[in-house]
Amino acid sequence: MTRLETAGGLVGRTVERVEDAGLLTGRGRYIDDLPVRRDTAHLAILRSPHGHAEIRAIDTTAARALPGIFAVLTGEDVARLTRSMTVGVKANVECWPIARDRVRYVGEPVALVVAENRYVAEDALDLIEVEYERLIAIVDPEKALAADAPVLHPSLGTNLINERSFRYGDPEAALATADHRISIRIAYPRNSCTPIETYGVIAEYDPGEDAYDVTANFQGPFSIHAVISRALNVPGNRMRLRTPPDSGGSFGIKQGVFPYVILAAVAARVAGRPVKWIEDRLEHLTASVSATNRVTTLEAAVAADGRITALSWDQLEDCGAHLRAPEPATLYRMHGNMTGAYAIENVAIRNRVVLTNKTPTGLNRGFGGPQVYFALERLVHKIADELGLDRLAVIRRNLVPAGAFPYRTATGGLLDSGDYQTAIDRACAEGGLEALKLRRDSARAEGRLYGIGYATVVEPSVSNMGYITTVLAPEERAKAGPKNGAQSVATVAIDPLGSVTVKVASVPQGQGHRTVLAQVVAERLGLPLEAVCVNTELDTARDAWSIASGNYASRFAAAVAGAASLAADRIRERLAAIAAAQLNVTADRIDFGAGKLFDRDNPDNAISFGRVAAASHWAPGTLPDGTGQTIRETVFWTPEQLEAPTAADGINSSLCHGFIFDICGVEIDRATGQVRIDRYVTMHDCGRILHPGMVDGQVRGGFAQAVGAALYEEYAYGNDGSFLTGTLADYLIPTVMETPEPLILHHETPSPFTPLGAKGVGEGNCMSTPVSIANAVADALGVEDIRLPLSPSRVSAWLYAEERPSSKPRDVAPVATGASGERLLTGAGSADVVATRESVWTMLLDPNTLKAIIPGAHEVRKVSDTHFRAEVTLGIGPVKGRYRADIRLSDMVAPEAVTLSGGTEGALGSGRGTGRVTLTETATGTRIDYRYEAAIGGKVASVGGRLLDGAARVVIGQFFQALARHAGGGGPPSAAAGFTQRLLSLFRRRG
Amino acid sequence: MPRMNAAQRHGVEFTLNGRKVRAEAENRMLLSDLLRHEIGLTGTHVGCEHGVCGACTVQIDGKPARACLTLAQQVRGSDVRTVEALAPGPAELSPLQAAFRRHHGLQCGFCTPGILMSLDALLRERPEAGREDIREHLSGHLCRCTGYATIVEAALAAAEEQWKEETPNA
Repeated sequence: MTRLETAGGLVGRTVERVEDAGLLTGRGRYIDDLPVRRDTAHLAILRSPHGHAEIRAIDTTAARALPGIFAVLTGEDVARLTRSMTVGVKANVECWPIARDRVRYVGEPVALVVAENRYVAEDALDLIEVEYERLIAIVDPEKALAADAPVLHPSLGTNLINERSFRYGDPEAALATADHRISIRIAYPRNSCTPIETYGVIAEYDPGEDAYDVTANFQGPFSIHAVISRALNVPGNRMRLRTPPDSGGSFGIKQGVFPYVILAAVAARVAGRPVKWIEDRLEHLTASVSATNRVTTLEAAVAADGRITALSWDQLEDCGAHLRAPEPATLYRMHGNMTGAYAIENVAIRNRVVLTNKTPTGLNRGFGGPQVYFALERLVHKIADELGLDRLAVIRRNLVPAGAFPYRTATGGLLDSGDYQTAIDRACAEGGLEALKLRRDSARAEGRLYGIGYATVVEPSVSNMGYITTVLAPEERAKAGPKNGAQSVATVAIDPLGSVTVKVASVPQGQGHRTVLAQVVAERLGLPLEAVCVNTELDTARDAWSIASGNYASRFAAAVAGAASLAADRIRERLAAIAAAQLNVTADRIDFGAGKLFDRDNPDNAISFGRVAAASHWAPGTLPDGTGQTIRETVFWTPEQLEAPTAADGINSSLCHGFIFDICGVEIDRATGQVRIDRYVTMHDCGRILHPGMVDGQVRGGFAQAVGAALYEEYAYGNDGSFLTGTLADYLIPTVMETPEPLILHHETPSPFTPLGAKGVGEGNCMSTPVSIANAVADALGVEDIRLPLSPSRVSAWLYAEERPSSKPRDVAPVATGASGERLLTGAGSADVVATRESVWTMLLDPNTLKAIIPGAHEVRKVSDTHFRAEVTLGIGPVKGRYRADIRLSDMVAPEAVTLSGGTEGALGSGRGTGRVTLTETATGTRIDYRYEAAIGGKVASVGGRLLDGAARVVIGQFFQALARHAGGGGPPSAAAGFTQRLLSLFRRRG
Repeated sequence: MPRMNAAQRHGVEFTLNGRKVRAEAENRMLLSDLLRHEIGLTGTHVGCEHGVCGACTVQIDGKPARACLTLAQQVRGSDVRTVEALAPGPAELSPLQAAFRRHHGLQCGFCTPGILMSLDALLRERPEAGREDIREHLSGHLCRCTGYATIVEAALAAAEEQWKEETPNA
């Protein structure tokens, strides 16, 4: 008797990925690789150089006249053809994908150019003239709440767009009667997981059907499809959205491409041809999307033994300039698990959402978790320290008991499974905690700075699509109707030759979904892995999808792979019935393996899979009675546990809750303040593991991003709203040199709520690692107010706080903050020229002289005797740009003194300054003295902040040196010298 | 070199993956754009256009170079290699590529072509390269998916394999 092996055991094995051969040979098909229609034009976007300004006028005449331009659109042009995007809270505010009367963040779109290629389109951007009236920008979320703070949206009347308070149990009583009340205040910074591929959109409009067809590297959730359709003012079936076969990473960020879907679609409509837009890196860093920054005050009621009896959260969420869908979801995604891994009965939460002059926020790996756990786990460390207890003992004392799952949290979450105590015990034992403590002790004995930190985290996955409605009051929810669930969908199809195709709406961004789905379905159908073909491209006009479709909330393994397994099971059941009839046995005896269906008790009685599978196509009449077709099976699956918020605001915000326990050992260089991760242990319970290699990859990838967030990365803003990290040389992503290798451990407790027992795993370290590093640094330094990123300069300030202020006054002109919060430069200098005061005076008022002496001037026009306009090209660091300068003369005392004041505006940024020039007669001619005050902002501030101060001084110096030269002879001692000497002389003249 | 006019396209001849090619490019056109949009080889990816991320790395006369910081006109007469040239045949992978697949040295694959071109140059020039050499060369590349460890393992495995092949008695 032949023994047939089943193909079982594919799931859970680290097989090679089916995606890789193409990706390794340059045959990936990312959005910028896709073929397009021959008449496709290219879109470029003019963006705001200001954090906050009124748009007074936009002149596109010169841009339109440029050869190769098909269309130029302003915000008003876009508004005529669209509607404001839906806002997720009740508030009198509009949300447009492009500025109309006002810009509210640096990088906000102001005008669109459609041209024959990107180069020409960008040429045209330089020719668009925008007149701005600057307003005071507000970047600090707490200052945005001040009574006299400038208001971003006048219709709203305030920057506080939403506020809700929640209470569960009796937090007031618990706090009032507690042995101790311990609190912590956290300001979590902005950062982003910044995929290496930027956004891309290819859009087309068919006027005959009033329909849009857009391909974008959008990642979901497809609830956003409804936002796009509404904004474009078409029914959903006239807004076809497709995704490319490959995507160069997303980590949540590519959810934020949707405003550009709207802009490209409208641009295609106006231009009358397909339009393609590929975002560049400056655009991406400045204006794509980022995580929220958040100010949190968290207070705990604590018993003497370290038991936490209540938590009181006060969260101030900064969503940037507009509340874009699905925000304020970052604030609510964690709502069901605000007590983390702990059994805490009483919880109070106050959630406020504020708007500031920064880029609108959106999805980012960890989505709300880093902000919450930074506060919670810093507080748990602090509780132990204040009560003189062992930190690990306090963690253990508060954990949800192992036998309590599924466990309902105070805020309504349902923790599906876990054994936190065992996972922690194993992490400490297998991760070598005792050895690490000895290492710390011996380092400290040598006078080195060493610390150990922990983080205990519940990692939610598979979001309840109804959780965001927790932002509405119960009566508002009742009026709007309940929202809940999370439909995942998978299709298994069989073609006439009996081969199997799987189709899902999971929109992978590099995770290897095709491989895992092939594993899952091949195993169910007894086929070799390579026999199953998986397609993950999504087309809303053809494929099965729902609002929950897409790649977010770590939903793939738990929900999508589960749906595929259910679809395969349904096909399997019918194939078994067909085979049973042909093999003359009952269906329950049919097994699948090695490409055959066979009698379990007599494996020689077998029939090939292909033959049974194709029967539905070729001979449907021969199928046994009651057996449906086997051509295509689509399964929609939504878990019953994802219920709508209750009347008491309880919400099970996620289906699955993984568990993470991290141990981090850091050493801090006493001389430089650099933090070095010496040891990192991360224990995960992500339920059943479907592909160990991919789980490992998810953990490592999330960990590396979290190391970046903890030590290097911040989307930094100047007080004037200028964006300061516009290149990857300013926004520092860890390279291999900065990425330590963690010890990864697993403790599997399968989820009872998912078809395969799997939970999400991709986001956990983004939640746990920043705070475990921070706890370790706090342990090393004994500092409480730990702020990220832990850059050497910040750590040094804590290390050497007692040495400030510097005993030696700094010999440099200080960078001050002006009235409107912008970066101010001041300086002074003098030059001697061999010319009379009168001739110098005349020169200063003559456009031709000004043209010759203003650095980089092409043209100087005299508007009036005291008003000049100039076109100049200036290079600052690597960035060369064209600016329009407006110069006015005032306080004129001929021929002794004059004040020059003016501003420059250009695509690359703006500057404003005032200089007082005095002319004094000397024995040999005239002495020119000048003092100036200048401020610079916009794109140049984003890409070259470090270079600006010096560059501005050089430019101003050049102006006066040129004046001296032009005045004929002599000149300042340094005027004829080399560049280095000139620079040095500038430094000497400072102050 | 003849004086060129900014408003015109000029011919540029070079060797691309072993074949002579002739293309037309404006002076300001980047090599990355020429390869991707004029010639149609889209395996070379563009991640930052300012030379930091390394996704666009190609080999010019055997040396790794950023295609986004190279003007198309600069490769006149040069020998340019891109990721499309690494595999020995259409259904095959080079030892380095195969090691990346075996060790899960990629996820989204967007940074991968540039990394492969850097490591390929390193391993050809210095077949004895060890972990630290590999890490140093890899430090010119940004990967957001993998956390790098599997890339280092893949490169080490490929280096060892190549070392064994080239020195059968070692």
